[in-house]
Amino acid sequence: MSEILTFMGMEDQYKKYELFFGPNHPGMHGNFSYIITVEGHTIKKIDPDAGLLHRGFEKLVEQRLWMQNISLIPRICVPEPDINEAIYSIAVEKLMGVEVPERAQYIRTIILEMARIGAFLFGFGGIGGATGLYTASYWTFADRDYLLDLFEWLTGARIYHMFILPGGVRRDIPNGWLEKLSETVDYLQKRLYEYDRLIYNNPLIVKRLENLGPVTQEDAMKYGITGPNIRATGIKYDTRKAVPYAAYDKIDFEVPVQTAGDGLARAVQKREEFQVSLDIIKKAIQQMPEGSVRAKMPNPLKFRVPKGDVYVKLETAHGEHAYYIVSNGSDKPYRMAVRGGSFTAGLVYAQKALVGMRIEDVALWMATMDICPPDFDR
Amino acid sequence: MNYKKKSLLGPLSSLKYLFHDPITVRYPKEQKKTYPEHEGCSPQYRGQHTNDLEKCVGCGSCMDICPTGAIEMVEFNDVKDKPGATRKRPVIDYGRCCFCGFCVDVCTSSSLSMSREYIHTFITPLNADSRDAGDLISNDFVRRPDLSLTENPGWNTPDEWSWLSLDRMVMGVMEPKERKTSFVEMVRGYSKEEAVREAQRCVACGLCKEACPIHMDIPEYIDAIWKDDIEESVKQIYKTNPLPEVCGRVCTHKCETACSIGLRGDPLAIRWLKRYAVDSLPLEKYKSVLLNNAIKPVNKRVAVIGGGPAGLSAAFFLSLMGYKITIFEADEKVGGIMRYGIPAYRLPDSALDKDIDFIKSLGVEIKTNTRVGKEIEFNKIKSEYDAVILSTGFNLGRSTRIPGSQSKGVVQALDFLSDTRDFAAKKIKEVEITEKILVIGGGNVAFDCSRSAARLQMMKFGKVNVTQICLETLDIIPADKAEVDESAEEGVVLICGRGPKQVMIDENGKVKGLDHMKCNSVFDENMNFNPKFNEEDKAICEATMIIEAIGQAPDYSYISDDVKSKMKFERGKIVLDKNNETGAEKIYAAGDIVKGPDIVNAIADGLRSAIALDKKLNK
Ligand SMILES: Cc1cc2nc3c(=O)[nH]c(=O)nc-3n(C[C@H](O)[C@H](O)[C@H](O)COP(=O)(O)OP(=O)(O)OC[C@H]3O[C@@H](n4cnc5c(N)ncnc54)[C@H](O)[C@@H]3O)c2cc1C
Ligand code: SF4
Ligand code: SF4
Repeated sequence: MSEILTFMGMEDQYKKYELFFGPNHPGMHGNFSYIITVEGHTIKKIDPDAGLLHRGFEKLVEQRLWMQNISLIPRICVPEPDINEAIYSIAVEKLMGVEVPERAQYIRTIILEMARIGAFLFGFGGIGGATGLYTASYWTFADRDYLLDLFEWLTGARIYHMFILPGGVRRDIPNGWLEKLSETVDYLQKRLYEYDRLIYNNPLIVKRLENLGPVTQEDAMKYGITGPNIRATGIKYDTRKAVPYAAYDKIDFEVPVQTAGDGLARAVQKREEFQVSLDIIKKAIQQMPEGSVRAKMPNPLKFRVPKGDVYVKLETAHGEHAYYIVSNGSDKPYRMAVRGGSFTAGLVYAQKALVGMRIEDVALWMATMDICPPDFDR
Repeated sequence: MNYKKKSLLGPLSSLKYLFHDPITVRYPKEQKKTYPEHEGCSPQYRGQHTNDLEKCVGCGSCMDICPTGAIEMVEFNDVKDKPGATRKRPVIDYGRCCFCGFCVDVCTSSSLSMSREYIHTFITPLNADSRDAGDLISNDFVRRPDLSLTENPGWNTPDEWSWLSLDRMVMGVMEPKERKTSFVEMVRGYSKEEAVREAQRCVACGLCKEACPIHMDIPEYIDAIWKDDIEESVKQIYKTNPLPEVCGRVCTHKCETACSIGLRGDPLAIRWLKRYAVDSLPLEKYKSVLLNNAIKPVNKRVAVIGGGPAGLSAAFFLSLMGYKITIFEADEKVGGIMRYGIPAYRLPDSALDKDIDFIKSLGVEIKTNTRVGKEIEFNKIKSEYDAVILSTGFNLGRSTRIPGSQSKGVVQALDFLSDTRDFAAKKIKEVEITEKILVIGGGNVAFDCSRSAARLQMMKFGKVNVTQICLETLDIIPADKAEVDESAEEGVVLICGRGPKQVMIDENGKVKGLDHMKCNSVFDENMNFNPKFNEEDKAICEATMIIEAIGQAPDYSYISDDVKSKMKFERGKIVLDKNNETGAEKIYAAGDIVKGPDIVNAIADGLRSAIALDKKLNK
């Protein structure tokens, strides 16, 4: 790190600076940093500097039994931890050839959409934070708590649920839970209109987001940008539709798109997808089938997964999240690699997109692009 | 979404929230809107643990599954010893615990659960020395999850949500219709796939090991089966058991009664798994797999009298120690009750022969048709050998001694079973039976008789007419439940709670039935066998042949008097001293004549006497 904040050459002494935009910066998302070379307020060069968040997950899973890993992997991603449990479970089920009961598929769908809404609320708050509109983050964090209450009731825990596991889910839905979920969905629906007034119809925010780091369709494709961000450019690609998992192929929903690809389009895209998630949950509640919630699985202490490898990808609030898992037939994974949803945007595309922007745009760009450092630093 | 309504005043609507209650819980705990009936957190919250010490068996599965290494099994002084349990109990380090609750989901005894308690405070004493901080903290974080938080129950795991595999892999058994027409082995044995699936259920807790009289390395051989390493599995088995083909079929399997999985579901099929392992390895491979170290000869000769499981076990272990062994056996072949008692449909000759052939291959000399006391004198053996092991078993029949029991047509279980075995092996053409047979007894031996009789009747007359009568009621019948069920399937009629009064004889001196009476109780207050009858309550059961299966007795007439006088006997059995010696010089004893009551105890005894003998001779 010694090159940080060094002089860039005597003649540029007062022209160019290196700025360490790291964990201590209030606009930074988590333990990640960009080393930014600026000239005046304008960004000339961006060097992503990951590492502070590294916890060695990929290596740790190799040392734990297949089932023990369920308690470890949700911690890869704080805003939307359940996605990790789902990918891992689906991967294991694929390798083992296990059929998951339908009711479990619906419960998984509800959990994933609840987590997605939770992540969107985080995201709305992020935009508020980066624009100085702190009310937004207070509201969204408080509303997310209602979801956490429901998670706590269903799974026994608020953040890291460890509830989706190979074969299905850990328990059936408690009595009265679905009714409370419906109430919460209705409540969030009402709140969404409040968010509109606070954020999306707020001329100051709209002005601030317009034209912020527009992504072209070509760049989106070239840099592997996924999720709401690619849809904000007009490309209709959604993993839930492209390779359906859980009960997404049984639930009718339309994926919205924007065209501009700029900060506003991205923010609006997420706002619209929030609506879609509420609708999916409502339909899942209506269509919820009866039956068991977990296929018969082996004893977790003698749990072996047949030799093979799989790549499983799922839609998350910040893009396509995926695991590549290799099993050598033993009781622990041989290798697991994680591809986070914002991996390419935060590490690679940032080096192109941020050049030419102003310093104060970095935090807001990260918020609208939903850059989540654990996606690339684990 | 409508963007037209843009307004700078929109955000002001947030003012109305100024007077709303906060969403999060404050301390002291409050009720939440989501679950208003529950103060604080949700009904199935995963908070701090609670463990029912009495229910817990100390299997350690919680420790094995814990992904954070938060659980340690610690020997507790304040738990009572109970069968099928250790005295270890979990202790939890809340500095590590991630509250996943996996430990609760794998708990075999359903003793461990979690409470809704989540507030954990740690106050550093102000006057504490900083050097003690580590201990202070760990003392506070490491907690015994005893029954303390039960008044606030949270996450618990009923069987329905257990992660354990509670259902046993079903064993293929011949249909009653098919099996009652022959003496072909009725249990088919596991295929590889079935065995691996059954082995997968084991949590490797080792509780079974404690219950097994020879402390077999059960979790180890089951694990090897799971890994499809048959050679390793057989190696583990032979560490303690020289008769695995036999035990894999007819062992009384005390291990399965102790199996921790049995607390919630079906215990592991430990016995069938053993059978699967040894059945899967051909005898030709045994030597290369099992005998890696050359046996060092110790130039001493030991005579074993009686080639039942106890004698064979002693011969096996002593051979491995380098002794030269000779077995003297009265019968035509060794095996004892395994060959002449247990019916072939439970234990075929081929299985028994495989075990014995391996023991023979160690160089054990076997002198069959040599009854000690008749073909050869006891004292001659005693003088020619460095030591003698007695293992002659309980081979005399015991009679009810009721009037008429001495008539022809009343036979003893062991005589009948041994003839049946010879018949099954095609050594004799026929066993003498009639169309109406009555068996007296409620133990496994009696069921062996009635089920064998049913087969013989089926083969000879095409129909079954066997009645079995016993003192005990069904709830206290000493036989295994499987015997009761399977005999009924084969057509045996069981009459419980009745005692024999007299055998009824017709004018030609032939048996025509049994006069029986109600048995009020079998045991007295001190739980001693002391049946009480109601002679008023009488009934007659017709039968033209009666088999008495009420127990066996030993025959010590072959032992010379000088030796016998130095030995101690109690209730027909030889009493050993603390060194496992008989009191008579050079003479050791094992099997039913010492302990009983089954094959695996005979094996354990054989090993014990081998060790005692080696200690003495090799000192
Ligand atoms: C019908 C029946 C069914 C049983 N079923 C089971 C079962 O399913 N599972 C189980 O675990 N246990 C069972 N048992 C109990 C088990 O068979 C005995 O506990 C076990 O065989 C005792 O072994 P042992 O070596 O002490 O004696 P034995 O097996 O009785 O062997 C004694 C041997 O000594 C020989 N012998 C006796 N006197 C002399 C002599 N003077 N000279 C030379 N040789 C002599 C005999 O011929 C015999 O071969 C059963 C018992 C019976 C009677
Ligand atoms: S809750 Fe999880 S981490 Fe805590 S002791 Fe139990 S298994 Fe270990
Ligand atoms: S067989 Fe049963 S008692 Fe024995 S180690 Fe396995 S689970 Fe434990």
